[in-house]
Amino acid sequence: MKLAILGAGAVGRSVAELAGEYGHTVMALADSGGAAVDADGLDVDAVLERKRESGAVGDGTVEAALEAEYDALVEATPTTLSDAQPGFGHVRAALERDRHVVLANKGPVAERYDEVRALAADSRGEVLFEAAVAGAIPTLSTINSFGAERVTAVRGVLNGTANFVLSRMAAEGLDYEHVLAEAQDLGVAEADPSFDVEGTDAALKCAILANVLYGGGYTLADAEVAGIRSIPGSALELAAEDGRTVRLIGEVADGEVRVGPRLVPEHGTLAVGGTTNIVQLETEHAGRLNISGAGAGGPETASAVLADVGRLSPPDAR
Amino acid sequence: MSESETVRSYTVRLELVDEPGELLRALEPVADNGGNLLSIFHERGNVTPRGHIPVEVDLEATPERFEVIVEALRDAGVNVVRAGSEEYSEELVVLLVGHLVDTDLSDTLSRIEDCGGASIDDVALSAPDGTDELSSARIRMDTHAGAAEQALATVREVADEKGLDVVEPLAGGGEP
Repeated sequence: MKLAILGAGAVGRSVAELAGEYGHTVMALADSGGAAVDADGLDVDAVLERKRESGAVGDGTVEAALEAEYDALVEATPTTLSDAQPGFGHVRAALERDRHVVLANKGPVAERYDEVRALAADSRGEVLFEAAVAGAIPTLSTINSFGAERVTAVRGVLNGTANFVLSRMAAEGLDYEHVLAEAQDLGVAEADPSFDVEGTDAALKCAILANVLYGGGYTLADAEVAGIRSIPGSALELAAEDGRTVRLIGEVADGEVRVGPRLVPEHGTLAVGGTTNIVQLETEHAGRLNISGAGAGGPETASAVLADVGRLSPPDAR
Repeated sequence: MSESETVRSYTVRLELVDEPGELLRALEPVADNGGNLLSIFHERGNVTPRGHIPVEVDLEATPERFEVIVEALRDAGVNVVRAGSEEYSEELVVLLVGHLVDTDLSDTLSRIEDCGGASIDDVALSAPDGTDELSSARIRMDTHAGAAEQALATVREVADEKGLDVVEPLAGGGEP
């Protein structure tokens, strides 16, 4: 399949690097600094080398990348809230050309899901977004294989940064600021960690899950969100004395979306350590399922993107 | 034995025929035999496979009187599906974080108990930087029959009013 990739961060770059191995050709790669487009397929290594040296993938524009010849657009630009731009505009442009869209960007399907669905309904292109929820973990495809109407609840640890901070605080008896600084040194937390530690990122993933379970209608504003900034080490010690610990848990159940710190059994299924994510599904006939793994990371998330690309209808059937 | 004086809470699940006066007839044996009715959950919209209406009754009584009540219900021809206490009592643990001492911890605790659905078993307070700084408390409660959500709602409400953060237990999930 011919791919155009928007976003040359960790995920976009990894998709470009791995595309060949999966039998795809990268026709265009763009980010906010420029674009590289080649009707014969890009030399991905050369483009990424140029990005490393000059900071830009090429001299072209994002518009040129959107107009390139491709079968599927991979949208991996940074997640934005509210109008979800420019990601939403990219999705619209591809669907209006009857091209497929695979999203790693959470914004369009968390904040404007109903509009994305309407655009897809009018297009011969399809929209998939496995990579937008819990990185490498096959959450949405698992839900789809059971049927969304037979999944009664989804909960889990959906943010690796917050989980790293909480599990280090509990294990080492350190306070929030100390562990956060360590996480920033390790590259686990951003310089501005608020998106992760205030629960916004997990809430966006839960809004997407609610949209999938209930057929749309949810945005970030529908989620009740609390973060982990206010949790002192002493609270984790009190929890540990009782065989429990605290995790930032996102829950979608009974039409409600909630994200917040929750007490869980210290050695229970949901008390994953480090940056690991876990998704727990309650199903009508199959009981409870737990899937854990990498919730972020370039190649890990790219593998979810490329799995979606593999699920798309072939170009001639589009 | 002094044990027999202890009043406990129980939940009785009944199935009633859908006829006028049926609910009242089912409740009379409770009051007549010294049971203290706490709540009645009448699932009017639900019907059992046998076409009956399920009703859950929470009541307080001594263990002896409770046995008499269940017998009296059965004698009155009321279908008692389940009766007991243990299986319904639920432990609930929450953490509270904030200025717990300044905001009158004992008032916080008594208001949680006053909601009627919970009794506090144990409180642990940790204030490593002194009581003027942020402190944490772990509160363990026993809640009866379906009252956990009500107790949790009270905790949220009191915490919200006093500017405290609540770490709730994860409902339904987490156990291996």
